[in-house]
Parts: sequence; C-alpha cells; structure tokens
Amino acid sequence: MTALLELDRLNVTFHGEQTIHAINDLSLRLEQGEMLVLLGESGSGKSVTLKTLLRLLPPARSRVQGGITVNGADILALSGRKLQEYRGGEVSMVFQEPALALDPVYRIGDQIAEAVRRKKGVSRAEARATALDMLRRVRIPSPERRMSNFPHELSGGMRQRAMIALALACRPRLLLADEPTTALDATVQIQILLLLRELQKEFGMGVIFVTHDIGVAVEISDRIAVMYAGQIIEEGSTHEIIRDPRHPYTQGLLAANLHDAAPGERLEAIPGVPPALDAKPVACSFSPRCPHAQPGCRADLPPVVSLGPRRHVSCLLAQQDIAAQ
Amino acid sequence: MTPEPLPDTLPDIGGPAQPLVTCRDLRKHFPVKGGILGRQVATVHAVDGVSFEVRKGETLGIVGESGCGKSTTARLLIGLIPPDQGEIIFDGRQLGEELSLRELRRGIQMVFQDSYASLNPRLTVEDSIAFGPRINGLDRPVERARDMMARVGLEPARFAGRYPHEMSGGQRQRVNIARALAMSPRLVVLDEAVSALDKSVEAQVLNLLNELRRDLGLTYVFISHDLNVVRYISDRVLVMYLGEVVEIGPVDEVYAAQAHPYTASLFAAMPSMDPDRRTLVPPLSGDPPNPIDPPAGCRFHTRCRYGEPICATTKPVLRSFGESRAHCAACHIHDPASGHSLSGKDFMPQGLPR
Ligand SMILES: Nc1ncnc2c1ncn2[C@@H]1O[C@H](COP(=O)(O)OP(=O)(O)OP(=O)(O)O)[C@@H](O)[C@H]1O
Ligand SMILES: Nc1ncnc2c1ncn2[C@@H]1O[C@H](COP(=O)(O)OP(=O)(O)OP(=O)(O)O)[C@@H](O)[C@H]1O
Ligand SMILES: [Mg+2]
Ligand SMILES: [Mg+2]
Repeated sequence: MTALLELDRLNVTFHGEQTIHAINDLSLRLEQGEMLVLLGESGSGKSVTLKTLLRLLPPARSRVQGGITVNGADILALSGRKLQEYRGGEVSMVFQEPALALDPVYRIGDQIAEAVRRKKGVSRAEARATALDMLRRVRIPSPERRMSNFPHELSGGMRQRAMIALALACRPRLLLADEPTTALDATVQIQILLLLRELQKEFGMGVIFVTHDIGVAVEISDRIAVMYAGQIIEEGSTHEIIRDPRHPYTQGLLAANLHDAAPGERLEAIPGVPPALDAKPVACSFSPRCPHAQPGCRADLPPVVSLGPRRHVSCLLAQQDIAAQ
Repeated sequence: MTPEPLPDTLPDIGGPAQPLVTCRDLRKHFPVKGGILGRQVATVHAVDGVSFEVRKGETLGIVGESGCGKSTTARLLIGLIPPDQGEIIFDGRQLGEELSLRELRRGIQMVFQDSYASLNPRLTVEDSIAFGPRINGLDRPVERARDMMARVGLEPARFAGRYPHEMSGGQRQRVNIARALAMSPRLVVLDEAVSALDKSVEAQVLNLLNELRRDLGLTYVFISHDLNVVRYISDRVLVMYLGEVVEIGPVDEVYAAQAHPYTASLFAAMPSMDPDRRTLVPPLSGDPPNPIDPPAGCRFHTRCRYGEPICATTKPVLRSFGESRAHCAACHIHDPASGHSLSGKDFMPQGLPR
C-alpha cells in the first residue's frame, strides 16, 4: 500500500537578514490512518514541518528542497487550483489559536458550510447539513443554535471544537494539528484529545499532532517522532519511545518530566540551549549539550541506526551499543 | 542555612505565626458593556467571596479551570485592581488602613506568563531590572540589577546590554523574575510563569525558584494549570471553580485524595504518562457555566455526578472535615448536617464516572 505521507530528505531554509536552516534532511513516513506525534522543544521545527506540508511558507523568503508525497502525489509540484484543492481538502490543519482558522466576522455554521460548498461543489442546503453534522460529531451542545454563533460567543474549548469541525468538514485524509490543546486547561484538553482519537478512527484519517507535552503525546499517539534542530533524531511506537528511549535528548526530555519528581528535589534539566541553526549541521546538533558526547559526535553527522522495523535513532552511541552486542 | 532576605526587604512584623497575607471575602465583578451606547448589560462574577491565607515562607499553589478567576485573584492580591468588597491584610496590617497601596506593592511582586509582552522592548535587560528600584528610590539601582541577574543565572557581563528579542523564552523569564526580585519583595505571585516554557527550560526555572525561596526566605503564590508543576513546587494548594474557592489543603493530602468532586475530576483529567493506561472517558463533559449567570446553590452542581436537590438550592461553605484541620472543601458531602445522602460517611468523590 502507498504510504499516506512520505517526506524524503526535506530541507527548509529561510533567507532574511540571516539564513536559518530550519529543517535539515528530515525523512518521515506515515501510513494510512496512523496517529503520529511530533515531539520537540521550541524552535525544533515542528510548525515549519507542518507548514511546509501545506505549502504555507512565504515563497520569496523560504526555500524547500527534497520530496513530499501525499498518497503518491508530488506536493511540491502542485500549483494554482490543484494546490487550492489540496489545502483544506486532502490535507487540513488545526492550530493552537482558533483565531488563525476562524474568521471573527462570520457565523460558525456559515464558515463551515462555505468551506464544504467550495471544496465539494455541493448545494447550499447540503453544505449546511454537513456543517450541522460536523458540529454534532465534535459534540458541541445544541449544534443547531451554535450554527448561528460568532466565534467570540463560544468558550475556548468550544472554539477549538468548531475549528476541528471546520478542518474535518471536507473529510481530509491527513489532519495536521499544531498544539491544538496547549491553551486549554486539563479537563477541556482531555475532552479534545479523546475526541480527536475517536474522529481519527471514525474517519480513518492519518494525523500528525505537534506538541512539546509528553503526557499529551502518550494520550494520543500510535507513534512518536522526536525532533531536535530541524531533524528527527528518534522515531518509534509510543511504547518504544516512552519505555525505552535511546537518544540522550529523548532520555533528557523524559527525565525533565515532573510527573514523578519529589516535591522540592532538584530537577534534571538538560543543560545549555538549542543550536542557532545559522548553518546546516555537519555534526550531531545535540553533542554540545549531550552528557555522553565523544569526539566522533562532534566530527561527523550521527549515523541513522535502525533498531527494528520503523524504529530509528540518530546517534553514534546506539551504533556502538549494537556493535558491542 | 538560615535564609537571608534581600537588602531593603520590609521587616517581619507579626512573627512566624502571623500569615503574610490574609484575604477576606474578596469580590470582583466586571461590567459587560453592550449595544451602541455601551451600557452595562451584564456582570461577570470573576471573583466571588474568596478567602484564604498565605503563610510566611510557604508556596501556595492555585489551580482551576480557565476563566475561574485565578488571575483576577492575583491582581487583587497585589493591589493592581481594587476589590469591590473584602479585605487584604499584609503581615497584620490592613490595606487602606495601616498599610498603603505603595507599601503593599513593595512587599508583593508579580511575574506573568508572557515573558515577552511583560518586558519593554526598548529597554536593555539591565535597565528593565533597575527601573523599579530607581523609581521607588531604592539604593544603587544598577548594582542591584546586576546582583539580581547573577542570582537568576544570567551573567551580567554577557546579558546586561541585551534587548528582550535577543534572548530565549527561558532567559526572558529569568529577567522577569530578576525584575520582581529587584524590589526586595516578601511575596512573589507567579501567574502561569512557566507555562510557555519547554519542559527542559521549565525545569531550569523551577530549580531557580526553589533556590531563591530557600536562600532569600521568599513566599510564593503559584498559579498554574499544570498539576504536576503545582505538586512539585507548592506546600498547599487552593482550587477555584467559577469565582469561588472549592478546596484548599496541604499538597500531599489533596493529591492523595480530593475532597471536592470538581477537584477529583480535574485530577482525573491529567494525562496518564502510561501508554497502557490511557484515559478512556473524559472526567468532565461540557463547558463550565457562564460566569455572567452562575448557577444557584453549589456552582458545580450542574456538572457534578453526586449532585442532589440540596446542591441546587444551598451554597456549601468551605469547612474542614474528617481528622484533618488543614484540608477544607466546600461540598455538602463533607457537612454531616447537610442532608446529602453521602454526608457523614467519610465519602471521598471519584474523578471518573463509575
Ligand atoms: N517565517 C520564518 N522566517 C524565518 N525563520 C523562521 C520562520 N518560521 C520559523 N522560523 C525559524 O525556524 C525554526 C523552527 O521554527 P518552528 O516554528 O518550526 O519551531 P517549533 O518547533 O514549532 O517551536 P514552538 O514549539 O516554539 O512552536 C525556528 O528557529 C524559527 O525561528
Ligand atoms: N477586565 C476584565 N473585564 C471583563 N471581564 C474580565 C476582565 N478580566 C477578567 N474577566 C473575566 O473574569 C473571569 C475570570 O478571569 P481570570 O482571568 O481571572 O481567569 P483565570 O482563572 O486566570 O483564567 P485562565 O486560566 O484562562 O488564565 C473570566 O470570565 C474573564 O473573562
Ligand atoms: Mg510551533
Ligand atoms: Mg489567568
């Protein structure tokens, strides 16, 4: 079966006053109906990856190299109407801030219906029926009444639901979710995560969910890809990553978690700061902060070590571990 | 090691047994204006009769659903907005009587969530930190600023001349902490101060806050929606729902067993961290009621799985229950005289539907 999504040695650079190498040789494969979490700290390139996928980067200031295929189609070759159809049709996105997706001056129902009418070319009445059905599916209470609400008349959790309804209205094969629950409190967050999990099964769509919260990743994902400095440094099933992290960065990230820290004890923070990204990496980007770094880590790019089917880690240590066995 | 307060810190008047801050029945309602004439059409009951104490040297955590009034409580506490009703007593002296607003603001400083928006983009780090001491006439503001930078782990020689946009989020949040400390406060209110940070940067800032508290004898009020962070940093935790306090108690007691059904649901909503034990049912469904028109009786009764007729008509008072004097909840279940069918049975609510 063709993969839903394949990223092949993707590189993204921004050109302004200074050049920023935001994504560096990133390869990733997502199967149909899979839920993948992209986990990584601020600036690691999570949002840029999603925006590149939707071809949302400013063309004049950014450069994309490498391959992006969705259901076998070359996305970097799309233009004009084809690109319009792809965005919001086959692939759709939900954002951290509903304000980015919902227009404040239109009623919720009209916004969703209009999107459906444009993409699917159905009648006005059919589009409204779909919109109402979507509001029901995201479990907005009294959906008939909410159809005529403006975004500001909804609470934060409900706005988030409305945005998900909008994103799913055209039945995308791939949903991109950029920290859609970070601004919500715990009780609303878990409602939205469970909802996304259910809708994913129901619609059979693939999802890439971006977060820096490990608890959220555990609740929602089948697989986790850990990003650092524009690269995926470790990838595997949720179990594998949480139970047996191999990259020192992933290990540090899990150790910095407060979940089982005793009150007041000193927390294990990863020392140092992420790299500046002003040049394409020629060695392991994490080596300046890594407690196990060796001369070899600073001399060359780390090897991509395969630990099993679809289980990879980019680390010299992992290679040495395997050699030692 | 005994803590050594910063120079110019207000003296301890009442001694260790006197709470640093006592809030009594604080109330703040906001007008909602509408129509072309901008007339008041409704009232948001943001904070509605909130009472609590902050003890000297402790960290009091505040948690609760978005919009329940945590930030409004903090702004009342530091005198940023006046209460409609209620008293604030700082180290035994009542605000507006023996204590001036100016003195209160010296004694209490605040750090906000958005590290960027709370700094003036045109001031260097050093000038930002020295600004407060300078306008308040404290001695040698620049030396003070440099001392604070060193204390929060920002080497003055490297960072003094930088502007906010030249620093990372974690570094900016350190600047905000240094700026609060430069006023030699006795209490620092941290409103979602680590929420925007990465886990690893968050760990660095939390370590720093613990060190500062130990070394300087500070008291914190720590507002957050992250229950793991609150457990880690706090001695006691206060839980709010729709403008009211529903539970307060020592962190270990509240985290071991929640007394209020809302608190129980909130804790059950924490992500599990165990891929084999994911959450299957949301502990709370629906949205919180509108603070413009809060429900009568117990404000949580519309979403509570233990609700009974008494809950819709009579407001429960915050009272201690069982053995513990320190753990209090506002729920009819813990009032033996309430007539609730579960009262008087040492029953503790569960967060998830049975
Ligand atoms: N339009 C742009 N022009 C220049 N640089 C950019 C642009 N967009 C992103 N970057 C840079 O690319 C890098 C990756 O950014 P990205 O937004 O993907 O991070 P992220 O992983 O989503 O972080 P966060 O968790 O903070 O959202 C950062 O260094 C960022 O400053
Ligand atoms: N200046 C204001 N004018 C009108 N309403 C306000 C004002 N400030 C706050 N509110 C309202 O008061 C209520 C309490 O707000 P507050 O900011 O204290 O909540 P919070 O608990 O801090 O929420 P969050 O977790 O989202 O920060 C909310 O309904 C809010 O919309
Ligand atoms: Mg991002
Ligand atoms: Mg707030």
